[in-house]
Amino acid sequence: MGPETLEAKQKAAIEEILKAYPEKAAKNREKHLGVGSPNDENQKTCGDVRSNKKTVPGVMSQRGCAYAGSKGVVWGPVKDMIHISHGPIGCGQYSRAGRRNYYIGVTGVDTFVTMNFSSDFQENNIVFGGDKKLGKCIDEIEELFPLNNGITVQSECPIGLIGDDIGAVAKTKAKELDKTIVPVNCEGFRGVSQSLGHHIANDTVRDYIFDAKVNVNTSDVEVTEYDVAIIGDYNIGGDAWSSRILLEEMGLRVVAQWSGDATIKEMALTPKVKLNLLHCYRSMNYISRHMEKEYGIPWIEYNFFGPSQTIKSLRKIAAFFDESVQAKCEEVIAKYQPMIDAVIAKYKPRLEGKTVMLFVGGLRPRHVIGAYEDLGMEVIGTGYEFAHDDDYKRTKEEIFRSTVIYDDVNEYELEAFVKKLQPDLVASGIKEKYVFQKMGLPYRQMHSWDYSGPYHGYDGFAIFAQDMDLAINSPVWAHSKAPWEMEG
Amino acid sequence: MQEVEKIVNGKDLFKRPEYQEVLANKKQFESSMLAINPAKVEEIAEWTKTWDYREKNLAREAITVNPAKACQPLGAVMVALGFEGTMPYVHGSHGCVAYFRSYFTRHFKEPTPCVSDSMTEDAAVFGGLVNMKEGLKNCAAVYKPKMIAVSTTCMAEVIGDDLMAFILAAKEEDGGEYLPAEYPIPFAHTPSFVGSHITGYDNMMHGIMSQLTEGNKGETKQRINIIPGFETYIGSLRSVKSIVEAFGTDYIMLGDHSDQWDMPAGNYEMFQGGTKIEDAKDCINSSATISLQKYATSKTMKMVDKRWKHAGGFSNPIGLKGTDEFVMKLAELTGTEVPQKLKVERGRLVDAMQDSYPYMHGKKFAIWGDPDFLIGAVSFLLEMGAEPTHVLCHNAPNGWEAEMRAMLDTSPAKDSLNVWAGKDLWAMRSLLFTEPVDFMIGNSYGKELMRDTGTPLIYIGFPIFDRHHLHRYSISGYDGALNLLTWITNKVLDQLDEDTKGIATTDYFFDLVR
Repeated sequence: MGPETLEAKQKAAIEEILKAYPEKAAKNREKHLGVGSPNDENQKTCGDVRSNKKTVPGVMSQRGCAYAGSKGVVWGPVKDMIHISHGPIGCGQYSRAGRRNYYIGVTGVDTFVTMNFSSDFQENNIVFGGDKKLGKCIDEIEELFPLNNGITVQSECPIGLIGDDIGAVAKTKAKELDKTIVPVNCEGFRGVSQSLGHHIANDTVRDYIFDAKVNVNTSDVEVTEYDVAIIGDYNIGGDAWSSRILLEEMGLRVVAQWSGDATIKEMALTPKVKLNLLHCYRSMNYISRHMEKEYGIPWIEYNFFGPSQTIKSLRKIAAFFDESVQAKCEEVIAKYQPMIDAVIAKYKPRLEGKTVMLFVGGLRPRHVIGAYEDLGMEVIGTGYEFAHDDDYKRTKEEIFRSTVIYDDVNEYELEAFVKKLQPDLVASGIKEKYVFQKMGLPYRQMHSWDYSGPYHGYDGFAIFAQDMDLAINSPVWAHSKAPWEMEG
Repeated sequence: MQEVEKIVNGKDLFKRPEYQEVLANKKQFESSMLAINPAKVEEIAEWTKTWDYREKNLAREAITVNPAKACQPLGAVMVALGFEGTMPYVHGSHGCVAYFRSYFTRHFKEPTPCVSDSMTEDAAVFGGLVNMKEGLKNCAAVYKPKMIAVSTTCMAEVIGDDLMAFILAAKEEDGGEYLPAEYPIPFAHTPSFVGSHITGYDNMMHGIMSQLTEGNKGETKQRINIIPGFETYIGSLRSVKSIVEAFGTDYIMLGDHSDQWDMPAGNYEMFQGGTKIEDAKDCINSSATISLQKYATSKTMKMVDKRWKHAGGFSNPIGLKGTDEFVMKLAELTGTEVPQKLKVERGRLVDAMQDSYPYMHGKKFAIWGDPDFLIGAVSFLLEMGAEPTHVLCHNAPNGWEAEMRAMLDTSPAKDSLNVWAGKDLWAMRSLLFTEPVDFMIGNSYGKELMRDTGTPLIYIGFPIFDRHHLHRYSISGYDGALNLLTWITNKVLDQLDEDTKGIATTDYFFDLVR
C-alpha cells in the first residue's frame, strides 16, 4: 500500500464514519477526526484535530473523570499516604488496584496503594452533609493505620454538589493531628475527562506538599549536582524501576518518582533537584512548570519506549550535565546496544510491516510509536482519550507516515476505523480489548501492559518486543474460522 | 540486562541483583516505614493480628476499608444487558460508565456496551436535560438498539433530574426521527448512596418490568417468569433454564445476559441474546414469577406479588436443598411430576457429595459475597457438614442477618459460627487472624487476605479478575452444586498435598489415592 492510497483510505474512512451521526453530533465529531502526517502544516495540533472538549453525549466514549485523574492516576500511587475515596462506595471499588502501580511496602501497615478506603456515603450524608463523617474517617485511619504519612481526600461527584467543605475539615484535622491532609476537589463532573483531575491533583501537591509543612524528615538527604526526579511515571508493571536503573547507571541520582512507588518524602525533596525528567507530559506538566517558575528547576520531556527514543532521550538528559555524565551515558548506550540488536534481530523479521492502531491516554499514543517502528511495525492510527492541543502538536513529531488521528474516539468509531483500515494489531484499553479479539484481531492493552511489563527502558523494550510477537504470532487467531468455513 | 534467548518480564526481572540494588538504593529517599525502620513495621504488622486491633477495627463507624460491594448503577447495567438489543444508558458523568464497563469486562473477559450522556459542570448547574436529549438521539442513531434502559449516577440524583420528564422531552424534541413515541426507553433512579449494586439491579428490573408492561394486562397464560437477580455465573443462567425446560413449561427469563457476556469468537456484534422485548412486554400475563434472588429483587417482587398477583415467589437454586426447593416449586406451579432427567441429576449430585464428604466435613470456612449468593452457598456448606465460621455480607439488606443466623443455628457447630452483616474485608482480616479458618470462599478481593493470613482462597463470587473462565460455569442447580463440590473438595485436597509434601518429614501422608 503506497502512502497516497493509505491517506485516501483514511480520509474516506472518516467521511464514512461521520455519516452515522445526527447532524449536530457529526459536526462535532468531524473536528476530532483527521489524517495527520509528519509534514502537517498546522503547527498547533496533528491532523487538524480539535481536543479537550466536551464529549458528545450518548456515544460510548472511553474517557474517565476528574476523580480517576486524581485518585486513579496522580495521588493513588503515593504509597505511604492513605487516599480516601470520599463519597458513595462505587468509585473507589471500580478503581481499586486496576492500574498496576507497583510499589515496595507492607500493604495495610506502612503502604496502602492497592487498598480501598471509602467514606461510603449514605443518603443521610447527602442530605445533612458528610464533613463530620470525613473527620471521623480520618480519626479512625489514624488509630488503625498509625504508620501512614498523610491522607488525601479524593472527592466524588456529590461532594461539590452538596456544599461540603472538605478544605475546612482537612485544615482542622491536619492541625489537630500534625499531619499532611490534602483535600482534593476532583469531583467527576469537573472538566471533560480525567485531564482536569490531573491538573487539580498537581495543584494540591503544590499547595500541600511544597507550600505546607510536611511531617516527614527530609533533612537527612544532602543535595548533589546530579539529582533528578522522574515525573509522570506511574510505575505500571515496574516502568519507573526499569527507567531509574538507566539514569543511575549514567551517574545521576534519582531522588524521587512521581508518583509510582512514591513516598511523600520523595515529593517533598523534589524542589531541590537539578532537573525534572517528565515522562507523562499530560498529567504532570503542571507541577513541572510550577517547579520551574518557583524553584528555577528546568524540566525536559523524555521517552523511554523503544531504543531509538531511549537513546535520544538519554543523550538529551546527559546534555544537561557535565562530561562525566555524558561519557557514562555513551557507555550505557554501548552496553545495551548488543542486547537491543539481538532483540531486534530476533523479532523484527516476525513483525516487520505489520500495521498497528493505537488508542490510549496520557503520553502513549505518541510515545510508543517509536517502539513499534523500531520493530518494523507501522502505526497507521492513533488518538488520545483526554489530550490537549499540545499533545497533538507533539504527536506530529512522532508519527512516521499518514496516520489517522482520532480524539476521544468512541466505541463505534474505533470499531469502524479498524474494520476499514484492517490493522494487524490493535493496542488500547480493557474496555475495547474483547471487541477486537472477537474479530480475531491480535490485541494488547496499552494501559496495563496486559499484565506484563515493564515496557520502559532497554529491559522493558525486550519485553515489549516479546509481547507484540506473542500477540501477533500466536496460533490462537487462526482458530477463529472453523475448517468447514475455509475456502477451497 | 535481558538475555535475548530468555527475556523475562517484571516477575523475574526485578529479582535480579542489579534491580535489587536499585530498589535498596531508593530507600534512602523514602518515607515509608519499611525504608526507615523495618522493626517498627513488623511490630505494627503483629499488632494488626491481635484481639486488641480487632476490637478497634470492628468498632469502626465511618471509614470503610476494602469493601465487598459496589454501587447501584452497576446492577442497572447488568439488567439492561439481559434484554434483547438493549443499550444501558447512564444519565450522569461518563467516568462512571468507564468504571462499570471496565469492572464487568475484567470479570467476564467480554465487551460490555454502555453509554452515558457525559454530564459536566454546566449540567450540574442547569440539570441534564440537554444531555439527555442529545444522548438518547445519538445513542439511537449510532448503535440502533431495540431499547434503551436509563439509569442514573449519584450526580444526577443529587441535582434531582426527573428521568420520566426528560425522556418524554427528548422524544418530543426529536419528533420521531430517531426516537419514535413507542420506542422503549424504560428508566430507573439508581442513587449510589442508597444500598448497593443489587439495589440498582432491583430498581432497573422494576423499571423495565413495570414500564414495558403498562397497559398490556390481558389474559393470563400458563407461563413462568424467572428473574435471575444479580447473577454473575453465566452457567447458572443456563442451568436454571435447563431445569425449567425439563418441565416442558413456557417460561420467560427476565434479564438473561448469558449470551451477551459469552460471545463466541469469529465476529463481533454489540448485542447478543437477551430477553425478547416482546416477551418482556407480555410478562405481566404470565401465571407465575419466580425470583432466584430475594434480596436483589425485593421491590420488583413486591410489585409482582401485590399488583400482578402472580404465584411463585422466591427460590434460591444454589446447593442441594435450594435446588430441591426450586424443582418442587416448578412441579407445583406446573402441576407435573419432577422429570426423570432431574431425578437422575440429583442422584448424581448426592452420590458425589457422599463420595467427597470427609474432606469438607468439619472444615472451617470464611465466606463473603452478595446476600443471596451467601444464602445458597452457606446452605451448601452446611449440607456437606462444613462449618461456615465467618459469613460476611457487606451489603446485607434488612432481614438477611436473621435469616442467615437461623440457617447457621441448624448446625451442630452453631456456637462457633458467626454472621457479619455490614462489615468489610478489612474487618474480615481481623476475624481471620483472631479466629482462623481452614479456607476462604470469595472474590478476587480475598487475594490480599490470602497473602496476609495464609488462608487458602477458593474463588467463588464476583468480581473475579485474576482467575479465568470460572464465570462460565454454573453454581446453580444440581450441576452447579456439583461444580461447587468439585472446586471446594479439590482445593482441600490441593492444600492437603501442600501441607504434607515435606520430603522425609510429612510426606507419609502425601497419598496417591484419596
